[in-house]
Amino acid sequence: MASEKVKTFTDNNFDDETSKGVVLVDFWAEWCGPCRRLAPTVDALASEFDGRATVAKLNVDENPNVPGRFAVRGIPTLLLFKEGQLAETIVGLRAKEDIAQMIERHLGADAAARRA
Amino acid sequence: MADRSVTIIGSGPAGLTAALYTARANLKPLLVEGLEAGGQLMLTTMVENFPGFRNGIMGPELMAEMRAQAEHFGADVMQGDVVKVDLQRRPFTLSFANGKSVTTDTLIIATGASARWLDIGSDRNLSGHGVSTCATCDGYFFRGRPIAVVGGGDSAMEEANYLTRFASKVTVVHRRDSLRASKIMQDKAFANPKIEFIWDSEVADVLDEGSGEVKSIVVRNLKTGQQTTLPLDGVFIAIGHTPNTSLFKGQLALDANGYVVTHAGSKTSVEGVFAAGDVQDHVYRQAITAAGSGCMAAIDAERYLEGISDHDAPGPALQPTA
Repeated sequence: MASEKVKTFTDNNFDDETSKGVVLVDFWAEWCGPCRRLAPTVDALASEFDGRATVAKLNVDENPNVPGRFAVRGIPTLLLFKEGQLAETIVGLRAKEDIAQMIERHLGADAAARRA
Repeated sequence: MADRSVTIIGSGPAGLTAALYTARANLKPLLVEGLEAGGQLMLTTMVENFPGFRNGIMGPELMAEMRAQAEHFGADVMQGDVVKVDLQRRPFTLSFANGKSVTTDTLIIATGASARWLDIGSDRNLSGHGVSTCATCDGYFFRGRPIAVVGGGDSAMEEANYLTRFASKVTVVHRRDSLRASKIMQDKAFANPKIEFIWDSEVADVLDEGSGEVKSIVVRNLKTGQQTTLPLDGVFIAIGHTPNTSLFKGQLALDANGYVVTHAGSKTSVEGVFAAGDVQDHVYRQAITAAGSGCMAAIDAERYLEGISDHDAPGPALQPTA
């Protein structure tokens, strides 16, 4: 079951939702076996980064525009946005720790920028 | 005292069958499922050659059943990925991505094999943006678009046939002038009006890295050397597999292609370490042979453990006679 901490993005709300802060988006579909494997990892990341970064899912079946814009032609794909800009792309499965480190890296740079 | 008597790495048919047998032998196995949990069958659709399912069974469903059966008899299935193994000292130590570790008296390696890439660089860089090794995952993105499948074996033909559900046209690019695929798969592919073949050719490059998506491939004829550019939106690579053995390099005998070398059943070059499934088999590579070899590894591990407990146990009855 998807965690309630994971937001659901659509073609309509995507730009708004990714415009601020660090946002991880999981591109997935019902029929995608590897996506189902990644789902618990994405759920866990949403809890782990609750309040610090946004973690969301976008169903590519229901929302064809956003995947098209970012040339996503394979799933699962994770895109990380920072202040509305695409900062990282992960295609396929990856260990939770690796993804967490990637998010931390962008949060860390953020915090450093605020202190400066 | 080791944390576990049996630990299994990998959760395809080999790993799960080893877990089933060692669980039923009351050895309380730990199975570490790895990133690609369920193995290659999770990427397939209908499996029609696993005995016992006359109407076929979906790959992911078969794996869910195997897993449930192993768990039913007491196997501990752990999510996670092994990042390091120490086979030099006993008990063996496995370290996980989350920083934890476990010690074990025996290890069953069932890490399988993963799809091989072209080794031209551009294919990897465009992975997820038009290059794929998984038709069932990514075929959907190519509705009404022309694509290519690289390879001439059973998996290549299965992917090509499957992809005609979505693609406007599927061009198979193959290095030789005939297919390696089984007769039934060849017949299906030749009969499919959406599939075309380019023989004696390899993919020299995938374009266009600059725009970040696939726009064409450069095909080189191996006999004439002539190169042609084929405009398309996707490339599916099905040129075989490489064994997942990087964890064991330098600690275990591997063959020239990286497969674990086994002898006398599932035994490896290190006593107490056994291997099963595609990680040690580049010949048969079937779900049923993987499951069969998982059973062999379980029985071999069980006998090995009986041997050490006999040896360790005090008392004259169990002293070696020699």
